[in-house]
Amino acid sequence: MTTAITNPGPPAKFRLPFEAPIADMEARLVELETKYANAKAGQDNEAPAIGDQLRRMRRELAGLVRSIYANLSPWETVLVSRCDARPQTRDYIRLLFDQFVELHGDRATGDDPAIVCGFAHLGDRKVMLIGHQKGKTLAERQACHFGCAHPEGYRKALLKMRLAAKLGLPVITFIDTPGAFPGIEAEERGQALVIAENLMGMSQVPTPIVSVVIGEGGSGGALGIGVADRVAMLQHSYYSVISPEGCATILWKGNEHAPRAADALKMTSRDLLRMGVIDEIIPEPAGGAHRDHTEAAANLKSFLLRSLRDLQGLSKEELLQLRYEKFRRMGAYLELGTESSEETAAAYQAP
Amino acid sequence: MSSPAPSAAAGSIGLPHSAGLNPGDQPIMARERARKATWQSLAETKKVPEGVWMRCDGCKATLFRKDVERNLGVCPQCDHHFPISAAERIAQLLDADTFEEWHADLVPADPLGFNDRRPYPERIRAEQERTGLREAAVVGQGFIKGLRVVFGLTDSGFIMGSMGSVVGEKLTRAIEAATERSLPLIIVSGSGGGARMHEGVLSLMQMAKVSAALARLNAAGGLFISVLTHPTMGGVAASFASLGDVILAEPRALIGFAGPKVIQQTVRVNLPEGFQTSEFLLEHGFLDRIVHRADLRGLLAQIVGYTTA
Ligand SMILES: [Zn+2]
Repeated sequence: MTTAITNPGPPAKFRLPFEAPIADMEARLVELETKYANAKAGQDNEAPAIGDQLRRMRRELAGLVRSIYANLSPWETVLVSRCDARPQTRDYIRLLFDQFVELHGDRATGDDPAIVCGFAHLGDRKVMLIGHQKGKTLAERQACHFGCAHPEGYRKALLKMRLAAKLGLPVITFIDTPGAFPGIEAEERGQALVIAENLMGMSQVPTPIVSVVIGEGGSGGALGIGVADRVAMLQHSYYSVISPEGCATILWKGNEHAPRAADALKMTSRDLLRMGVIDEIIPEPAGGAHRDHTEAAANLKSFLLRSLRDLQGLSKEELLQLRYEKFRRMGAYLELGTESSEETAAAYQAP
Repeated sequence: MSSPAPSAAAGSIGLPHSAGLNPGDQPIMARERARKATWQSLAETKKVPEGVWMRCDGCKATLFRKDVERNLGVCPQCDHHFPISAAERIAQLLDADTFEEWHADLVPADPLGFNDRRPYPERIRAEQERTGLREAAVVGQGFIKGLRVVFGLTDSGFIMGSMGSVVGEKLTRAIEAATERSLPLIIVSGSGGGARMHEGVLSLMQMAKVSAALARLNAAGGLFISVLTHPTMGGVAASFASLGDVILAEPRALIGFAGPKVIQQTVRVNLPEGFQTSEFLLEHGFLDRIVHRADLRGLLAQIVGYTTA
């Protein structure tokens, strides 16, 4: 008895270049499952043996996924962080929050869909949620400029943060952008100014702010909603001063050197934790957040609730003082003639 | 944040840039002991001759270099403002011999072990040798027409005036000093590079650090005058340079967030004439005034004068 086997597997767009061995094994697994089903249906006495084989292969597949994802190169991490199937801000809004009330508009120019803002409940906490949105369908992606915000997006975000502070609500921001939009209108409306004003403004917003890089942390466009009391990254996201492509174009004169630039820029969650730029890495499910949105959301939720709990006891003065000190410490430099300069240098050397 | 280089370095008129910090000494990186190099000794060091003639980026005229230098680094024929060195800027703006440099002993580390065509420490050493500066930022205090100010600048000649940890730290300390001592603050920015990619995300974080310090200066009632020169781009434009209470710019400076090349590649239409120039920014409401280099010192003194009623 033969059955035409079509391999469902993950749709092609889920598949990243380094996931070929996973796709391979998934295809074989589907074959074996069919064989097992047929054997059982035909009361074949080989069925138990096939069943054992099937269980072994499932274990093997899980091990393969784990080992590939435990050893992603920085460039592969960038590919995962950009993966179409990776959950975005609106997915997390659906999975994590209740009673989302979206708030639009910067009260000056317009409304930027590349940054989503609104009231929401996280468990029994009321919060202001702000996040970059890249979009899923082509139409949504184009409307969102692929998550690249315009000045009105940054202005909207700061306005809603100030509203949250007035109401005593903490702010949660999700960072997921290749960078602020590089365009004519964006410059005409003061892209540099609004990012600067957000950095300055966020340092003084008198309410707890928790930020998580959920995908791409692209330079000033990311930091523009990222000055927070707690900053974390999902395990396979990146956060960088410049895109690997941009860096490769400037330093090595070509996009094709992006993997090398990704490596040189030290942009993975582990690098950032080591450099003291983030507080925590939020683990992703085996095989990345795109394989299991629910588990990714659960991990994110437990980090958010824990962070909000940690911050809620602080007075506004303490909160702002600690936020100032947090960013004040960042950087690596030597002070000639001081004892600590050699230690400082050693502490920051890449492994 | 880094934008592709505009033609900043090409038209620079050197001046003390090409001088060593202390003739005969090795340039500084990492573990060498601190030396007390006074600002004056740097400013007075004679430059290596660079050629008697230079070409104007503005009107393409061939100019006698001495004429340009005597004219504050401005083309005598078309008023093109060439980038000038840190020492030259200080000499032009502050009362003679009043500048006291702070934190000159801060030098870059190499947090990423960065190596593009050459290791980052080597690049720093070469820049130090070429410019006579230890880093792109110089900060301190001085007087303008008898008024005491905290003064800082970024020199677009040092790794494109990009902001790494040392630039961020020096500026932050200067801002904090202005806050504590209730002194007016002036920062002259020149940066084609924005945030310095050689120090990765730590450079990006300097934007937040400097901006937070400015928020405190602002809350304390301090005055910050930001002077933008050609070019002021990327992470420098998107942090301290845009946060002045008063923002001035030299004529026809390139100022913006994204580099024109990047924008062109993204939107694939021709950029409008004069896009991202000082004049463009003034028209769109992002500048208080455009000021000729010859008038800058006087104007700064005038504005600082308003801090005392
Ligand atoms: Zn000219």
